[in-house]
Amino acid sequence: MAEELRIVLRNYGKIDPLNIDSYIALGGYKALEKARGMDQKGLIEEIKQSGLRGRGGAGFNCGQKWQFAYMAPAEQKYVVCNADEGEPGTYKDRLIMQNDPQSLIEGMAICGYAIGANQGYIYCRGEYPYVVEVLNQAIAQAKDKGVLGDFDIEVRMGAGAYVCGEETALIESIEGKRGEPRFKPPFPPAQGLWQKPTIVNNVETFANIPVIVDKGAEWFAAIGAPAYPGTKVFTLTGDINNKTFFEVPTNTTIREIIYKLGGGIPGDRKFKAVQIGGTSGAFIPEAQLDTPVAFDAMAAIGATLGSGAVFVLDDSRDIVDVVTRIAGFFEHESCGKCAPCREGTMRTAALMEKIEAGEGANDDIALLEKLGRVMSYSCLCGLGQAAPTPVLSTIKHFKADYNAKLL
Amino acid sequence: MDYQGIIAKYKDVPGGIIEAYHAVQKELSYLPEEVIVEAAKIFNMPVAEAYGVATFYSYLSVEPRGKNIIRICESAPCHIAGAAEVIAALERELGIIMGETTSDGKFTLEYTECVGQCQSTPVITINGKPYAGVSPAQIAAILAEYR
Repeated sequence: MAEELRIVLRNYGKIDPLNIDSYIALGGYKALEKARGMDQKGLIEEIKQSGLRGRGGAGFNCGQKWQFAYMAPAEQKYVVCNADEGEPGTYKDRLIMQNDPQSLIEGMAICGYAIGANQGYIYCRGEYPYVVEVLNQAIAQAKDKGVLGDFDIEVRMGAGAYVCGEETALIESIEGKRGEPRFKPPFPPAQGLWQKPTIVNNVETFANIPVIVDKGAEWFAAIGAPAYPGTKVFTLTGDINNKTFFEVPTNTTIREIIYKLGGGIPGDRKFKAVQIGGTSGAFIPEAQLDTPVAFDAMAAIGATLGSGAVFVLDDSRDIVDVVTRIAGFFEHESCGKCAPCREGTMRTAALMEKIEAGEGANDDIALLEKLGRVMSYSCLCGLGQAAPTPVLSTIKHFKADYNAKLL
Repeated sequence: MDYQGIIAKYKDVPGGIIEAYHAVQKELSYLPEEVIVEAAKIFNMPVAEAYGVATFYSYLSVEPRGKNIIRICESAPCHIAGAAEVIAALERELGIIMGETTSDGKFTLEYTECVGQCQSTPVITINGKPYAGVSPAQIAAILAEYR
């Protein structure tokens, strides 16, 4: 193990992203042609059998989701790509879009054929205006070549709202509204964009599709962890020697990512904690580093795979300082629609600041734990539900850091 | 500036108000009240709703801002990499504090959350263009490109 395996980044550095011919020369758009020769049900079954699960964080079976949208009766359906990569420490979707935009476009077109949609949208975050330009050029080239048939794609640019990574908030934003999550159900495959059946998948999920269609479900299902097959792209930040990205099979362990691929901790410092999946992920201590990164293995230790961000802290770092900053992030990014999140993120940030300032007491820790529990089950969307995770996981595993600052 | 003309281009784009706001901001750096009133008319919604959209998103502003918008990432990976020292250098170099605009209207300093350039931290962006792995010592030279 601990070998890189590039599936979604298969063309990284091998093609000219702004020239569709170089993508086609490496077999690009053959999968779309093959998919269009299959019947829709058979194609969806193939994706289902591959075991591909969403790479955006929720980990839902991709083919299953497509089947819901396929079965929903409607004249108009939509394919939406979630390119609102907002988890701090994550840039995998940018890598895919900047270096191999046609893989994403081909994946979306295959989805369009499977569910019966002729219109796609890529919702790209406002922080990536230069990626929007690459995508627009790539789409124009694909249309000129005629490879997309009657499938059309439009790029919409976000405007700096983390919550728009939540799929119904993203849909609201494409509709030109405030990006506030909707009540669910109905889920997007039944009623999504403009109330029509809609598939929302992550960039990395779509980039897997052409390869799966090309090489078959069995091939894909045999890679990595059986319950979450395939690969995952990780981006390494913080106190780590190789601050870069890696794509590895999903049965790779956290320790292998940090020490084999990541090259370990710089200088003569020691490992203290790693936060995986982005800023809403749990902080993981040394004792749990042999956990495989696959979705369910991470869930079993109360952590998440999330976006694949790997944020490493060495033993010189102050956990309370870092978590206070993270609490400030959630206070800022809460959309304000539901009270548990609006008030909860604000109170969490205030309590963390109090402790960080050396003015906190044991009661404040107890309050943080209670508040976090309430938020995790009462907030409307994933943002509020996950916001307490960094706080709760550090109180659990790094209590000494908190105790050192209490009155 | 012909903001009516810019907004009108997005009239037939379903949900196009955010795209129209981006296009206006590219010229003006912010969204004046008359732009919001015009957008409400074109996209057929109450002015309150058009204002609600304009004030929801961090990258849209209803307050005047400088020609060049400098954003400093304060997310955790940049935070531990010394974002605070970069902020201090920017404030010193421009003579303003975070959230303010220089009196000549050339620069505005804003916080941002992660901009996805975490291969090298801390990160700032100027008008959306990222500068990764910046140190306080580099700030003067970077700003010189925009003075």
